[in-house]
Amino acid sequence: MQHKISFEVNGKPVTVEAHSMERLLDVLRESLHLTGTKEGCGEGECGACSVFLDGELVNSCLIPVSQVLNRKILTIEGLSKEGGLHPVQKSFLQHGGAQCGICTPGMVMAAVSLLEKNKNPSRDEIKEALAGNLCRCTGYMKIFDSVEKAVKP
Amino acid sequence: MRAFVPDYELVTKGSLQETLKTLSQEPKIWKVFAGGTDLMVLFEAGKLKHHRFLNLAPFSELRKIQVEKDFVQIGSLCTYSDIQSHPVIQNEFPLLVRSGWVTGAKAIQNRGTIGGNIANASPAADTPPSLLAYGAQIELQSEKGSRILDYTQFHLEYKKTALLENEIISSVRIPRNQGWTHHYYRKVGTRAFQSISKVALSVAARVEADQVLNFHLGLASVAPFPMLALDLEKNILHQKLRLVDSEKVSQSFSNLLSPIDDVRSTAAYRKAVAKNLVAHLIEILGKPPGIYLES
Repeated sequence: MQHKISFEVNGKPVTVEAHSMERLLDVLRESLHLTGTKEGCGEGECGACSVFLDGELVNSCLIPVSQVLNRKILTIEGLSKEGGLHPVQKSFLQHGGAQCGICTPGMVMAAVSLLEKNKNPSRDEIKEALAGNLCRCTGYMKIFDSVEKAVKP
Repeated sequence: MRAFVPDYELVTKGSLQETLKTLSQEPKIWKVFAGGTDLMVLFEAGKLKHHRFLNLAPFSELRKIQVEKDFVQIGSLCTYSDIQSHPVIQNEFPLLVRSGWVTGAKAIQNRGTIGGNIANASPAADTPPSLLAYGAQIELQSEKGSRILDYTQFHLEYKKTALLENEIISSVRIPRNQGWTHHYYRKVGTRAFQSISKVALSVAARVEADQVLNFHLGLASVAPFPMLALDLEKNILHQKLRLVDSEKVSQSFSNLLSPIDDVRSTAAYRKAVAKNLVAHLIEILGKPPGIYLES
């Protein structure tokens, strides 16, 4: 049976019709057409589906949509303000932090989550914060550089 | 193959009491669902056998950390992140903070709960060895009321626990003021994060004047369920450390383990590593009081 489930996405209220165990990831991509959030492993290992739930970094593939009733979701699409990219997104562009791009939205969300708590992270702290995000192209160095240079351009 | 989503149901009741009532009235039909970091993995893989779940997540009364005079009570819905950021837990129970820190990575730690980690009853789970090391108790709640159990009595066999069908885990209690002088945690996995242990040890000890006055070693991944190394405890307790035959004690510890061969490691490797870790631990116990965390 499908239910009406209301919550907030990127500052706007939404109501979707979904089965209670449908994954938040699928609802975002298929019902709300927010395809910036990617599916990698589907088991919480790769971080490609990372979004914020009430301000905390989570894997949207592990969240049944009925658990986000009346709560606030922020996706990669909601990061840019008034048409301008978020400083972390700009830094990824400028410093080659993305190659194929599948891991990038999750990497950016994890990096933003770190920088909200720690304005001036060390390299090790960056590595720790991104440990749940896998990239098969870059070898990570340009990603770490991008995060570092987002705060110290 | 992926699960067929319409076959599953996750229901949120109006209150915790109502949830417990439903669990009591229809115990075979319902199971509870917390952070979902284990259940959703099975669901996605098409391996989640149970189909109807009661949602615990909205009940904030289960997500409190209360500091009492003699114990710290951690609500079962507290996440690994909640535990890591609590100042009293940081001060007094560094093993628990560490085991939360090595569980998955940040996004998992923000979502996975301590109650779920216990109830899932994986022999490789990260927090149970630390709960065992600190002598935790576990509170089980049903519609009728609650009961307290020593955590050592909770795991019965592989994936089999003392939790009744009409009960939930409501909190864990960790005794304070036990005079622990040495805290030792070691997880051996393929990498620091997002890795399931091949072997993990969590040890709380009280050592004074070279003598071991209190000692608990919690184990993961070398037995069918999380357990204390009681035999080792017997061999070390009340001994003068300098007289302990490290080679003999660590070998006899290793001989009693029952690890398995699986995708993550071999039984032989696990036994050898566990032996080496205990030899290292005995060395550490001879050092000044402190927190010895390695991974």
